[in-house]
Parts: sequence; C-alpha cells; structure tokens
Amino acid sequence: MKKTTLIAGAISALAAALAFIAKSKQKPAASEAVRAARYRQPRRVLIAGATSAIAQEAAKEFAADGDKLFLIARNAEKLQVVADDLRVRGAAQVETAVLDLTDTDRHAATLDQAAEALDGLDIALIAHGTLSDQAACQQSYALTEQEMRTNFLSVVSLVTLLANRFEAERRGTIAVISSVAGDRGRKSNYVYGAAKAGVTAFLSGVRGRLADAGVTVITIKPGMVDTPMTAHLEKGALFASAESVGQGVYRAIITGREVVYLPRFWWVIMTVIRHVPEFIFKKLNF
Amino acid sequence: MKDFQSWGRYFNYRHEIRRMGWRFSAPAMLADLPASFLPVGLGRSYGDSCLNDGGILLDMTPLNHFLAFDRENGLLRCEAGVSLEEILKIIVPHGWFLSVTPGTKFVTVGGAIANDVHGKNHGHAGTFGMHVTRFELLRSDGTRLLCSPTENADWFRATIGGLGLTGVILWAEFKLKKIESPFIDEEIIKFRNLDEFFEIARESEAGYEHTVSWIDCFAHGDSLGKGVFLRGNNTAAPTTYSYQPPKPQRLAVPFTAPNFALNNYTMRAFNVLYYEKNLRKIVRGTVHYEPFFYPLDAIGQWNRIYGNRGFMQYQCIVPYDDGFRAIRAIIHKIATSGLTPFLNVLKTFGDKKSPGMLSFPRKGVTLAIDFPNQGQATLDLLTEIDRMVLDSGGIAGYPAKDSRMSAEFFKAFFPQWEAFMEFIDPKISSSFWRRVTGNSE
Repeated sequence: MKKTTLIAGAISALAAALAFIAKSKQKPAASEAVRAARYRQPRRVLIAGATSAIAQEAAKEFAADGDKLFLIARNAEKLQVVADDLRVRGAAQVETAVLDLTDTDRHAATLDQAAEALDGLDIALIAHGTLSDQAACQQSYALTEQEMRTNFLSVVSLVTLLANRFEAERRGTIAVISSVAGDRGRKSNYVYGAAKAGVTAFLSGVRGRLADAGVTVITIKPGMVDTPMTAHLEKGALFASAESVGQGVYRAIITGREVVYLPRFWWVIMTVIRHVPEFIFKKLNF
Repeated sequence: MKDFQSWGRYFNYRHEIRRMGWRFSAPAMLADLPASFLPVGLGRSYGDSCLNDGGILLDMTPLNHFLAFDRENGLLRCEAGVSLEEILKIIVPHGWFLSVTPGTKFVTVGGAIANDVHGKNHGHAGTFGMHVTRFELLRSDGTRLLCSPTENADWFRATIGGLGLTGVILWAEFKLKKIESPFIDEEIIKFRNLDEFFEIARESEAGYEHTVSWIDCFAHGDSLGKGVFLRGNNTAAPTTYSYQPPKPQRLAVPFTAPNFALNNYTMRAFNVLYYEKNLRKIVRGTVHYEPFFYPLDAIGQWNRIYGNRGFMQYQCIVPYDDGFRAIRAIIHKIATSGLTPFLNVLKTFGDKKSPGMLSFPRKGVTLAIDFPNQGQATLDLLTEIDRMVLDSGGIAGYPAKDSRMSAEFFKAFFPQWEAFMEFIDPKISSSFWRRVTGNSE
C-alpha cells in the first residue's frame, strides 16, 4: 500500500473522530439567551435566494420574531409559497421581488426597492447559489463562467452595493452563505469551491474595510446540508438538516459572529483538511 | 431501497423513498411516479398503513408551508406535511389550539386527516376530520379536487380516514379551538374497578372536555379494570403567563432495549407503581398542555423499549351493554392471558359522527393496549379478541394501529370497504390495504 494512502486514511480517521467529538458538544438551536437578545423594533431583513432551504429556515426565525422581510428569488411560484408561509409565521411585513440574481444590472434598483418597502434595511442575508456540476464544468468554460456569475460575481455585486449603503449609514449586517468547499479546492468540486473561496476572501476584505464603520460582515460556511441542492447525493452521517443550519444562520446574525462553520464541527474537519500537505492532498479522492 | 419502519417497529419492509417537491410542481411529480406509491407523513402509525413493501413511499414532510391563518376566527390553512408541533408553535401564542389532537404532536396534518385521528375530547369534539373545512386532493392522473362538505363531498368523505389511498392531500384548512391559556386544569382520580370507571366516566361527560383512563390489565377478579382516570378542561381564566415554548426533548431511549427488558415482572411492577404513585383518591392540578396531551413526546424514540421485535397496538370499541359484559370479558381475557400488555388506555367515545367513510371512532367504550410482540401467542390472543369484539357488535382494526388483522375480520368490521375501493387512486397502494383486503399481489 502506498504511503500517501496510509497518511490519507489516518487523516480521515482523525477528522472523523474530531468531528464526532465536536458534534456531541453542539448546543441546542436558538437558545434562550439568543432569544432574549431580540430587538424590540422589528428588524428589516433582506434575503436574496429566499426560497433556498437554508434561507427559508433562517427566515422562519426572523418571522417568529415579528421582523419585516424583503424576499428575492428567481421563481415567482416558490416565492409566493414562501412569502405566505412567513406571513403566517408572524413576520410583520413580507415583500417580494422576482429576480434572477445573475442579472447584476438590476441589483441597485432592487435594493432601493427593498429599502423603500421596509423603510430602510438592517440585515441582508445572501443565500442564493447552485451546486455546480463539476464534470460538466470541466468540459465547458462557458458553463464554468455561468457558475462563477451565479455563485461569485452576483454576490460581489450585491455585497458592493450593500457595503456602500451600510457604510454610509454606519450600521447594518451583511451575512453571506459561503461554504466549507471554499476552504480548499478539491478535484471533485473545485468550480463551486473556487467561487465560494472567492466569496470568503471578498467578505474577509469587506469586513476589514467596514470594521470602523460599525458594519458587521458574516461569512457562513455550511458543511453538507440535506437540501434540494444535494437531493441527488447519498446522505452520510455528516449531513446536517436545513433546519439546524438555518437556525445557525439566524443565531450568527443576531449574535454578530463573523465567521461561522455550520454545524460547528466542520471547523475541526476543515482545519485538518487545510493542513494536509499538497503532495498528499492531490492524491485524495474526495 | 432504504429501511423505513412504522412506529410499532414490527415490520421490516423495503421501500424506495421519494421526497415531495413544491406544491405547484406536485402534479408533474406524481405523473412521473410509477405504481405503486404511498404518501406518508411522520410515520407515527403503529402498523403497516404507512408502509408499502417493495414500492415507493412519498415523503410528504417537505410540503411544510402555511398558507393562511385567520387569527380572529381561528381558521388555519397549511400544506399537508406540516406537523401538529409546528402548528401549535404558531397558534398557541394567539390563543388558539387544535380542535382535536392525538396523543403525539409528531404527526402531519395529512396524516391526521388520512387516519381521522381522535383524542381525549372525542365526546365533545369528535375526530380531526370533523373540523376540516376543505382541502385540495391531487390524483395521480393530475386531477385536482377541491373537497369540502359541500364540494366534491364524496371525495371529502372518502379522503377523511382514507389512509392516503384516495390521492395526495396538498393542503388543508381546518377550524381551531379558542383557548384562554395554554394550561389545563386536571384531575386524576383512582378507580378500583370497571364499575367505578363507568361511574366516573358518566359523571365527567358533561363537565370535562378531556377524559382518558389508564387501566392495570393485570388486575382481575373484584379489581378487574382498576386504574387511573384523567380528566380536564382548558384553564378558563386568562393567565398572565406568556406562552413558553416546551423545553427541548432531553430524554430519549438511546438504543433498542433487549427483548427481555419488558417481561411479566417489569410490566406488573410498572402497572402497580403507576396506580400507587398517587396516594390520594383525587389529585387536582394545573398543568401545561404538553404533559397533559403529549406525555410520551417527552421521551424520544420510546418505541425502542419494546426491543427489536417491536410491538402491536390493539384498539377496539365495544358498544354499551348491560353490566358492561363485553368489555369486562375482553379485559378478563387479557388479564388472564399470561401475555404482557404494557400501556392500556380505556376511554368512552361520544356519539359525534365523522364524515369519514372508513373513520374508526363511534359511540362506545374503547380499549387500546400495547402488546410487545411475543409471536404467535400474541397473534392468537388478538384474533380471539377480534371475535369477542365482533360478537359484541363493536369494531376493531383501527388502521393507524393495526398490524395483524385478517382480511376476513377487517371486511366484517368495515363493510364499507368495497364502496371505498372506488375512490382509491390506481397508482397508490399500501401494505395495510393489500393485507386487509386479502390482495397480496
């Protein structure tokens, strides 16, 4: 057996063990302390990609708090279903805009529309994205470019506009769903991973820029989540529910944690993965 | 193919699990499904009514959106995969409660309708289906039927208690019950035998909405049918407490118990302790609705205590007769069987009649017993009880609970089964239905 295979095996075992320990110490969702931290005024929350499973679960938490929501999504029928749901769940106001977020020309107007509808914005959650078909992307630059537009450039456009808006107001929170896939490019998923790595790096810079302006920038890195996006994948023990991840997103936003792995044990796994020497990493089959 | 067990953990069937998509894309999804499939919710039925051996189970829980909530008039509309737990979270803070709730909140609205479930307030409110104002039924051929007591009324009646066989319920609208507080004023009364039970049941009929009893199925002779009567009403005075969400589940059965864990001795001990834990004849108190309605929901996966053989729940309803002879004979039969019934529930049903064609509850006294699966001896005992119930003019074989009734008895208890057949979707089937109609293809 090759030496690299042995080392890779040992690393996987270590990661699994650490993940297990971290998982067993997870806190219950939306703890009392977090609930107690609710604002008295309804928060004004913009959600891009509002029909995604994780965004819906996070939005339910804001709705339960009686917040005001502006939802953006591509599919009008889904958007209607989600908007009605959040109204019943207690949102003080729900407004919607149907928009394909790769259409960056319309971002500025849509944000203005949102700010007008909710009478200002406190929080923006950017949750849209697609899980790229790696094999197909490898054969097509055009497809890879499309994925970059969806998962990276559209986020860059939104965050640029939001950063300038919040910087001027000297307040606000921008939270973006990146991914653990952005922590290191893997051969099975590097187009998606590169886009998310771009998002993570971009947010890191924006965070520094806006630190003095009192604007919070949150990078959320979910691991594998059981959602329609991953419906075609075999579910292992590492998969988390959209509900628990969505609640984690909500918790990160209202506590202002800046870089969050969800569930938290992914921090352990990714720390190990980031430190695997390249000569071994390139042989790993995942 | 993946394993999916129903709550009784008695069947080990193989299924292919598919997940329901969005409500508006459901017609296309159903058109693509091969026969046979079965829509399922949270799988809390005990037997095989939520199983489809060798076929597809269509997981309805992704269909979990609310459509509308009229907070003034207590009318809620939601998709079929929404659980009662989710509903309570939303309605209780606005002073509303479920008109009818079963003993667990981990069931979906679709499941509650398909089994036409009942609860502690049957005498006052009837079944879940009686509070449904309308729902949308999707057939596998793409037909969408808006059903209510006046519109497509025959489909409305067939689908309430229709075991998911008539089509897929996409959403439903139902009436809620006004409450002044999330608390219940309860009274726990010990009774020494069956006569005392019926006395308390009669005197509780008018003044107490919620009633249920637990009986010690080991007691016989003079104390046959001794037990504990629980009755209560929603606390009337508006309380100052704000709604407190229930504490997260802290207890769970972490693994499947060995099969010998529940034996005659541990069961007897449990039954004695349960009866004797209250020293006084009557204990009064005010409790949150959680422990009152959902005592077992506090213990995750409690079905594992029965070991890997699983258990069977038997429920029957016996009409009132002189001296309660029939129910007395049945309890006597169980008490002297040498088998080990665990949780035994005795309750009187009122005369509220559900529109559901296959709906189970009717006027009489109902007995529900959990039997750990002890193989042929258990099956033989239950067949003997079937016979006694049939002779008394009663009914057994509640589909949400039955795991073993023969086609012969089912057809005798549910003579309307043939008329119901007309409403079954050609692409939908269940292991239960194949078993009780003697069609095992």
